[in-house]
Amino acid sequence: MKNWPMKSYLTGIYLFFYIPILVLIIYSFNNAQYSLVWHGFSFRWYQELFSDNDLWISVMHSLVLGVSAATIAMCIGGLTAISLFRYQFFGRQLLQGLIFILILSPDIVMGIALLILFSMIQLQLGFWSLLLAHITFCIPFVVVTVSSRIVSFDEYIFEAAKDLGAKDMIIMTRIILPLLWPALFAGWLMSFTLSIDDVIISYFVAGPDFEILPLKIYSMVRLGVKPEINALCTVTFGLTLLLIILSQLVLRKKP
Amino acid sequence: MKHHDAGLKIFSLGVIWLWLIVFALLPFCLVTLASFVSHDNAHLLMLPATLQNYLQLNNSIYVKIFKQSFYIAGMCTLICLLLGYPFAYAIARMKSRYKSLLILFIIIPFWTSSLIRTYSMITMLKPKGIISSILMWTGVISKPLPLLFTDTAVMIGLVYNLLPFMILPLLTNIERLDNRLIDAARDLGANRLTTFRKIILPLTMPGIMSGSILVFLPAMTIFYIPDLLGGSKSILLGNLIQNQFLIAQNWPLGSAISVVFTLLLGILLLIYWRSSRKDTQDLL
Repeated sequence: MKNWPMKSYLTGIYLFFYIPILVLIIYSFNNAQYSLVWHGFSFRWYQELFSDNDLWISVMHSLVLGVSAATIAMCIGGLTAISLFRYQFFGRQLLQGLIFILILSPDIVMGIALLILFSMIQLQLGFWSLLLAHITFCIPFVVVTVSSRIVSFDEYIFEAAKDLGAKDMIIMTRIILPLLWPALFAGWLMSFTLSIDDVIISYFVAGPDFEILPLKIYSMVRLGVKPEINALCTVTFGLTLLLIILSQLVLRKKP
Repeated sequence: MKHHDAGLKIFSLGVIWLWLIVFALLPFCLVTLASFVSHDNAHLLMLPATLQNYLQLNNSIYVKIFKQSFYIAGMCTLICLLLGYPFAYAIARMKSRYKSLLILFIIIPFWTSSLIRTYSMITMLKPKGIISSILMWTGVISKPLPLLFTDTAVMIGLVYNLLPFMILPLLTNIERLDNRLIDAARDLGANRLTTFRKIILPLTMPGIMSGSILVFLPAMTIFYIPDLLGGSKSILLGNLIQNQFLIAQNWPLGSAISVVFTLLLGILLLIYWRSSRKDTQDLL
């Protein structure tokens, strides 16, 4: 075997990534409350997990929030990317700069900024405050994703369409959207994962009436005594893995 | 343009500008304003305007937390770079048919909830956890190692969470590297070190930069990692701001900390950006 130092280095990094997760998965099947020692295989923690009603409510909340935020962010972000590409307008560079800054600005600052805003306009913290916040932090990522695809467009298509008498709306629905939907979908998916996974911003703008999964996990992890969390982590990890494998299969089918 | 119908344009631009002004510019202005006012038990924010919040920051505790945060985030970035660069380089230059699979295996932790990965680290690090048990079993140590709730644990947790953010930009950057440049350098008699220093390193600078930014920025503010792994002693900026807002209920002070923090980050990014641009100019 040649180049074995490199190979063992790579293996080491992969082990660093995966051993903690594997350990978690193994212990989710351990029939014991605290012990590290193996007390036999059991689905006990999964049963507890699946009968935890609060948890399932928070999962539903997160899904509703993620889908709505991703969809609205995809629309606004998509329109923004298209406008930045097609139109010359006053403040174009400012808009680009603002989106760039929004990506770089620390989550925690955005969280407190929105918290101050919502308390000023007396918006009760809950679904709507979370939705507005999530849309706001997703938009820049949609703009960037869609923009990176749109620059490879052939501008002559638009010229040709215009020469043939197509109006803006027709160009949009007949040319831009069909060409752009993979990028829009990628932006949607990214927004959805960002929304489902966000802890920091949600932590500030969530209210007691609308608990979402990441915050529920956070409070469970902080208390951190029940192996139910191990089961929960295993389930989410399994689902993530499944989604990634599915998306890889879908992507690979295309030439 | 013969018939320019501006409806769509006005609508698109109207929506995005309105959104950004209301939910991005206005809130950030409000934070700045909030940092100049006072508070009492009944009001989160109230007049009179004051500089007190900023003056209060000139206190050894806060200065220490600022320094500590920048230090930990910087160290974390450095460790991620040192671990991630050779890794990304090896993967990017690989000609194996398993290459895309290997890349997929770096993306998977990237897509997994960061809270869950932090929790898995607790299992590894706790006194009777895996690392301690293995070390005791092999006889390296005689009693459980107090790893959890230390700064080391915070560092391990940060690196564990953020390493993929360093590797992925480096990977895309190194993959685009032109092999002919490396061959040319070697043909002209440069040794491995010189080739790396003069050719590979400058050309992968953009990847190093974006990777470092992606690691450094979150490292300062992921408050739940110090919270879960560091215990009560490790307070970083993220925890401090979170504390002022949600526990101490001192919004003006929390805002002042955020403003100073944002300004420092801005200055740092500007210096970084300027210097890296100069590097590439020197190269041309």
